[in-house]
Amino acid sequence: MKLLFHIGRYALLLKKVFAKPQKFRIFFIQLLKELDKLGVGSVSIVLIITFFMGAVVTIQTAANMSNPLLPKYLIGFATRDSIILEFSSTVTAVILAGIMGSNISSEIGNMRIGEQIDAMEIMGVNSANHIILPKILSMIIMMPFLVIIAMAVGIFGGLVVSLLSNALTLNDYLEGLQYDFSAFKVLYSIVKSLVFAFIITSVSSYHGFYVRGGAIEVGKAGSRGVIYSIILILMSNLFITHLMLT
Amino acid sequence: MIEINNISKTFGDKKVLKEVSFIIEQGKTNLIIGESGMGKSVFLKSVVGLHPVDNGNILYDGRDLTQMDDKELKALRQEIGMVFQGGALFNSSSVEENIRFPLDMFTKMSKKEKQKRIDFCLEHVNIENSNHLFPSEISGGMQKRVAIARAIALNPKYLFFDEPNSGLDPKTAIVIDNLILSLTKEFDITTMIITHDMNSVMEIGEKIMFVYDGKKWWEGTNNEIFNTENKELNEFVFASDLFKSIKTINQ
Repeated sequence: MKLLFHIGRYALLLKKVFAKPQKFRIFFIQLLKELDKLGVGSVSIVLIITFFMGAVVTIQTAANMSNPLLPKYLIGFATRDSIILEFSSTVTAVILAGIMGSNISSEIGNMRIGEQIDAMEIMGVNSANHIILPKILSMIIMMPFLVIIAMAVGIFGGLVVSLLSNALTLNDYLEGLQYDFSAFKVLYSIVKSLVFAFIITSVSSYHGFYVRGGAIEVGKAGSRGVIYSIILILMSNLFITHLMLT
Repeated sequence: MIEINNISKTFGDKKVLKEVSFIIEQGKTNLIIGESGMGKSVFLKSVVGLHPVDNGNILYDGRDLTQMDDKELKALRQEIGMVFQGGALFNSSSVEENIRFPLDMFTKMSKKEKQKRIDFCLEHVNIENSNHLFPSEISGGMQKRVAIARAIALNPKYLFFDEPNSGLDPKTAIVIDNLILSLTKEFDITTMIITHDMNSVMEIGEKIMFVYDGKKWWEGTNNEIFNTENKELNEFVFASDLFKSIKTINQ
């Protein structure tokens, strides 16, 4: 029953969010701010995480391919596919849900308990549209770029391992990267990232928008936003993978 | 004028407002007083449409808020200014940006006209040289004044105040009270103030409603409130030793 209540309220919130902005000039300014905050602000963490992820995946794959019958280029091949198919989109989204999701929930939650949302409503401003729509759109715009950056940096991480360790040679790694490459896998990952971007921003915003109480409840809303975002990311990951890859 | 007829509001099993009727008169300071938890803030939020009422109607110069569609409600809200208990200023915007916000959203003014209006509003609340400060960089009293400046930016017909003096020292509270009174008179605004501050009641209470247990318990003026026979109101008014002494001196 409670689940149905939340689904219904989430749907009603989205109806308010996806309305025509009151003033396009103001909406555009808000969008630019969010692009900077949510998108550009996420680049550094994505760079760090995916570089080390790519390096570790390469070492682990090499460690599990000690059989001399298996060609070494398969390490590069496996690393590339792991990063493109899963790590660049799903793992990046889970990490961003933790960082940006809690940030969004607490920002909106603080506006709610500080009566700033009520103040907007009293003025006749559609607060959900004004606050949440720029966040959703900016994340949807930036997420594919973040995923492409994650792919490149993750693969670069593996390349650094091939240069610095004896696990495989650079040539093996490069050969594996080019082996049986399909651009569809990149597209699949980007499609997933768009859905994940929507989930992270809308679910976190929902939890912040309806927070009641004080600072402790804002913190709890942040945690709830992250947990539900991650659950929905993993569920939609399974669904999209089933749709696109089977 | 705002005519409130028999409004009720229930949250879950709890009936917070019970058939309350009141007329908020234009050009007067209309005060809603009562102890904490008696339904004052719910009454205010119901009157401005933030809480939909269970029954009854709220007429803004004859226009019934309870029957309005979204478009009509949005139009009405541009005639409303409200000052929240904590000011509700946008934390990440400066003083000037806070006042500019409603002008950006609802007017087609040029940049110059907006700046003129912002200066006019700030001047009316006696704030100078603070345009670029953020809410966290100014005092509580100044935050309230900025909130008032934002509330009057669109030249509202109706002004609402939720505990405008809460958290302020007595001297600043008097400044805010006088500001509310002067704005009400100067612009002939329909003003409603929620308070439990008896100093405000005596200072600016031209028309007063005492709310007790979600009902209208008493209605009158600040001259009449001292001589009331109403038990609950007496307990509220003369709760402090200061007012008890004033009553004794008067007697």
